[in-house]
Amino acid sequence: MTRWAMIADLRRCVGCQTCTASCRHANATPPGVQWRRVLDMEVGEYPDVKRAFVPVGCQHCEDPPCMDVCPTTATKQRADGIVTIDYDLCIGCAYCSVACPYQARYKTLRATFAYATPMASETTRQDDATLAVATKCTFCVDRIDAGVAAGRTPGVDPEATPACVNACISQALAFGDLDDPQSNVSTLLRENRHFRMHEELGTGPGFYYLWDRA
Amino acid sequence: MSRAAAPYGPNPWQQRHWDARAAANFVCGGMGSGLIVAAALAGAFGPALAAPMGVGVALIALGLASVFAELGRPLRAANVVINPRTSWMSREALAAPLLIACALAAAAGYASLAYIAAALALVFVYCQGRMVQASRGIPAWRDPWVPVLFVASGLAEGFGLWHAVAAFTGARAAWLAAALGVLLVVRIVLYRGYRRQLGKALHRDAAAALDRSGRILLWAGTLVPLALLASAAVLPGAPWLAAAAGLLAAATGAGFKATLVLRAGHTQGFALPHLPVRGVAS
Repeated sequence: MTRWAMIADLRRCVGCQTCTASCRHANATPPGVQWRRVLDMEVGEYPDVKRAFVPVGCQHCEDPPCMDVCPTTATKQRADGIVTIDYDLCIGCAYCSVACPYQARYKTLRATFAYATPMASETTRQDDATLAVATKCTFCVDRIDAGVAAGRTPGVDPEATPACVNACISQALAFGDLDDPQSNVSTLLRENRHFRMHEELGTGPGFYYLWDRA
Repeated sequence: MSRAAAPYGPNPWQQRHWDARAAANFVCGGMGSGLIVAAALAGAFGPALAAPMGVGVALIALGLASVFAELGRPLRAANVVINPRTSWMSREALAAPLLIACALAAAAGYASLAYIAAALALVFVYCQGRMVQASRGIPAWRDPWVPVLFVASGLAEGFGLWHAVAAFTGARAAWLAAALGVLLVVRIVLYRGYRRQLGKALHRDAAAALDRSGRILLWAGTLVPLALLASAAVLPGAPWLAAAAGLLAAATGAGFKATLVLRAGHTQGFALPHLPVRGVAS
């Protein structure tokens, strides 16, 4: 079996938002829609202040609340753990958006562009199927599937790896197969202390955060 | 951090996915369901049954039309029934036409269907409560008290509205006034249990909104209506007293649900159980 998962090393992330930009470029998301975004979290009070940059987005949960509530079965979970949305089934009720504890879902009612007049690239890549329905991070599932079909290894070979991971300037993001004990993500989790966001909610996120050496 | 940037920050913020149109579905659906239950239990016939049944159906239809207007893809609305296996929204959508059909038939003279309509109305309002509770991203919604609170509030609102309608139809059912009184007490007890269960886990704005709504529910939604009902009991010639109590019960219940959706619907936010350990020599 395969269970795709992503890792963010909080010690390495510098908050440059390159992952955010690369995601928007790869997936042609409109302004205001950031499937991969990086939170700037400040904890404590001066002078004892700590800061962390925290990449967030769809956690591709083992038990996704968004899938259970979806009245149309538009939200599905693949055998490899990736949570998908069928844009042709979705009615845009936004129930999944309020069910997601990670605020990972968006609904854009009309086509929006960076400037008043759409650029050529925006016009070319505008997909009306994504309007007025739920959208979110897909783990760049098309790249993964195409890469695997071509004999590549997601998380190792860039052409089979999510765009945000490829773009990360500090190798804070990693992607791979949790079920493979020799994979990069399994090794990282073995060698480092880690947590998952809102673990107490029982959603089983497929997104891990490293914070210290094991 | 500026207020405008808050939605992208780590702190909880008021959800904006469901607006007043979704809130109207919970308000009107609960009220209409309760009214249909009250109409069935009142044991009246003719206009005294048809009027509250009709108003109940109209409220439920208004709520559904309202939430329909919130759909991004309304032409695909029929897809809403595809997933009754796990989705309470699908279950609500499946219960609605059966409920409306039975209630309309009862209003048209098939009085025996009133009890089936009442049972379906209970199913409908329970589905609404479970729908809200299944929203695991919203701490004030996912509480296990929410479904039973929705049912109790829907019944209190509906029984209250029945008294307002009865002021016009002339229907009388003294025990329904007593039932309304009991429902008002049950509602406030459940609300306080719900609020106690939430504790201080809520964002302060959500907690403040709920507490404000709770005070209104206590005074305008419980104590004043109880006093009015008691007055109505000793002044049987003044049905407007019970009607006023009922309207207050309905309005405050509606206010609570609207607050829950529109003011206390703060997201989970983000929190780190551990901060990154940096600068340690390897």
